[in-house]
Amino acid sequence: MTGELPANLKANPRLSRWLRFDATGFIELSPGKVEIGQGILTALAQIAADELDVDLTRIRMIPVTTAASPNEGTTSGSLSIEQSGSAVRHASAQARSIYVAAAARRLGVATQTLTVEDGTIVGPGNLRTSYWELADDALLQRDAVAGAVPKMPSARRVAGTPAARLDIPDKVFGRPRFVHDLMLPGLLHGRVLKPAAPGAKLTALEEASVRARPGIVAVVRHGSFAGLVALTEAAAQAGVDALRKAATWSGEPMLPDETNLAQWLKGEPVETTIVADKRAPTPVPGLRTVRRQYSRPFIAHAAMAPSCAIAQWSGSDRVHIWSHCQGAYGLRADTALALGIPPENIVVEHVEGAGCYGHNGADDVAFDAVLLARATEVAGRPVRVQWSREDELAWAPMGAAMAIELEAELDAGGDILDWRSQVWSNGHVSRPGRMPIPTVLSASLLAKPFERLIAFNPPMTMGGGAERNSVPLYDFGSMRVTCHRLLTMPIRTSALRTLGAFANIFAIESFMDELAAERGENPLAFRLRYLKDERARGVLEAAAKRAGWNAWRKREGAGHGIAFGRYKNFGAYCAVVAEVEGDADIRVCRLVVAVDVGEVVNPDGVANQMEGGAIQATSWTLKEAVRFDRQRVTSDTWETYPILRFSEVPAVEVEILNRPEERSLGAGEAAHPPTAAAIGNAIFDALGVRVRDLPITRERIIAAMG
Amino acid sequence: MSSDTSIKLNVNGSERTVEADPASSLLGVLRNQLGLTGTRYGCGANQCGACHVLIEGQAVAACDTPLWAAAGKNIVTVEGLGTPERPHPLQRAFIAEQACQCGYCLSGVLISAAALLKRNPNPSEVEVRAALDRNLCRCGAHNRIVRAVQRAAKEAL
Repeated sequence: MTGELPANLKANPRLSRWLRFDATGFIELSPGKVEIGQGILTALAQIAADELDVDLTRIRMIPVTTAASPNEGTTSGSLSIEQSGSAVRHASAQARSIYVAAAARRLGVATQTLTVEDGTIVGPGNLRTSYWELADDALLQRDAVAGAVPKMPSARRVAGTPAARLDIPDKVFGRPRFVHDLMLPGLLHGRVLKPAAPGAKLTALEEASVRARPGIVAVVRHGSFAGLVALTEAAAQAGVDALRKAATWSGEPMLPDETNLAQWLKGEPVETTIVADKRAPTPVPGLRTVRRQYSRPFIAHAAMAPSCAIAQWSGSDRVHIWSHCQGAYGLRADTALALGIPPENIVVEHVEGAGCYGHNGADDVAFDAVLLARATEVAGRPVRVQWSREDELAWAPMGAAMAIELEAELDAGGDILDWRSQVWSNGHVSRPGRMPIPTVLSASLLAKPFERLIAFNPPMTMGGGAERNSVPLYDFGSMRVTCHRLLTMPIRTSALRTLGAFANIFAIESFMDELAAERGENPLAFRLRYLKDERARGVLEAAAKRAGWNAWRKREGAGHGIAFGRYKNFGAYCAVVAEVEGDADIRVCRLVVAVDVGEVVNPDGVANQMEGGAIQATSWTLKEAVRFDRQRVTSDTWETYPILRFSEVPAVEVEILNRPEERSLGAGEAAHPPTAAAIGNAIFDALGVRVRDLPITRERIIAAMG
Repeated sequence: MSSDTSIKLNVNGSERTVEADPASSLLGVLRNQLGLTGTRYGCGANQCGACHVLIEGQAVAACDTPLWAAAGKNIVTVEGLGTPERPHPLQRAFIAEQACQCGYCLSGVLISAAALLKRNPNPSEVEVRAALDRNLCRCGAHNRIVRAVQRAAKEAL
């Protein structure tokens, strides 16, 4: 018997919140995790189908709503398969046994004599009934109890297969699927005016002329928050353009100098924590010290769709929100805090948005919609608010800039005796619903503004934030890792895929490469000498084998590089080999990714996440940096914030090391960190120059060539 | 400010009449007046490809195409490419290759690919990538998308 219930089922034990059997032949599954382009709905449906002994087509996925769904927190951290997957598996196993028991009662036989085949329950002789005949919501009006036994991995038929994604047909046929496409009766269109610069105050707004424009329903102002509601989207758009001209802002320049972010990071007031401190029993003094500094800039989410939401008030104290947020309950909590109304009066319903890579503008725009829809002129009609492309790129939270200083104490042979690292960064999380003050953007603009929360780092038990993956998995005799979190936040930061892991692994794996090169040792062999974890070695060796690492022939203008990371040091293992060509204009030709996520629920889903992660990481590594002057973010178009295009995308090969006996680990963030370092290392191999500041641009390569 | 006019559009093979400002964007009219929400808004500046539609067989950005420029011409949106019952070869291939992550860019990508296959039924990988370079994908589904376009081409030959 298994012991404890999975945490998310324990927190939401009522089975009817997770599952409902319908007499017409399907089962509704209501997990608390949301689809953000990662294919989670399909993977969870596969898990449920397996435990319930039904065909995958019988499972209907119900989007999250705070009115009914279990609260599974935020869909983030590559935790959905682990957390929701285990909860769904247990809830489904219990539901199956409850229905089989009901069948046994009806058929007058023992439960052990019954089997389930696609929902039909078959007993001795010709006895049979089905979930659909027995369907009765009362059966699941009970709490899950510890002790249900899900199937052994070897008995699973649906999980482990590359089932086709449930949501893809809608997307391929252009059917309405996104919150952007939701057309509600009486829908009005809103737009908000973002401040002229971070920290700017709205000192005057000539509202009258804007209000007089055709189609304008309301102009809304609360302190430095301004926006409007119109009958049509075109009128809303034209209206906000007019509103911009009608606004006067004041404020002092408060952004740092973008040309030297590392220096800025290291000069700000910080809170310092020791992340790891391991001393050798008998310290050996090193012969020499190698010190290097690496950095990454602020990185934008740059989602394909500008954030969008719909809000509708009923009366003065109840509001319904349609949002593509990652955490419906978090958005509900922040909205309640910001407006001073009880959370029970707010319903947040999830509707898909474009791919989401962390805490983007989804929650912010939802709160904007709430503020606009509350205007008395709106009279309870739903208001749809969509940010502009410029707002999306400039005002959604950013992934934090980081500076990382590494030091290695080497012996005479160049082996590592001691490893020291210091990380400077803003915090990586300012998600809504986690703090006593709301973090949605416009809460800080109201007439009585809420203080702006300085982003924090989650605890190391959750993987940490800036310090995520700052502790090398290599077995060094002694090491000390220190993290400095900034106590100022001129550029708003929050969770972007991998949090600090991207820069930390880039630094660690670049530095390992540098140290291997100094010794003249093969960088793969060098790593393996310090790596005891068999699964870590496994992915490195698998990537090297698939890429033909040892057969590589050195040639002019080409190079290869390798890197490794275990996400959060307790998640998925991943190694990447990168092959590049070119001179200062570098091109990544091929990425070979080997990954170990334990038991694989959907191999094509894992492959898709790894491919996507490797490609997005290539974009971050070669191209991306949020640009700003001392006043405002200036990289607010696709021209000023370029991302990797089709013709620049490398071939990506994925090798999955399936380990059915190991628990499933999330795949969504494993590929990014080693990809960056593998590319940097390949560039060094090709050109003999090391670029330690991301992104690795043509200009930086030329500068490094001296 | 110009006022609304009656404008005839030929969308997905049928004639539609809308009352709109001739200077307004085709994208807004498709989505808000004709209910064809498959064509997505991404940037409003012809920089991302999410709103591509076919106009006389060419893939163009609906966001910065004024209505007057589209009047009287043959417009095809993603909804006009095919249906689940009668899918376009590209739609079939995109499902077969699972060429999608979030799918927000897909409508525009499918349209660009359809325009490509019309003028070049058997494109090389390099040609597919070049034809899709105006379409941004943020999730990293590019290689699946390229494989799907080549699969569709092969199956249609």
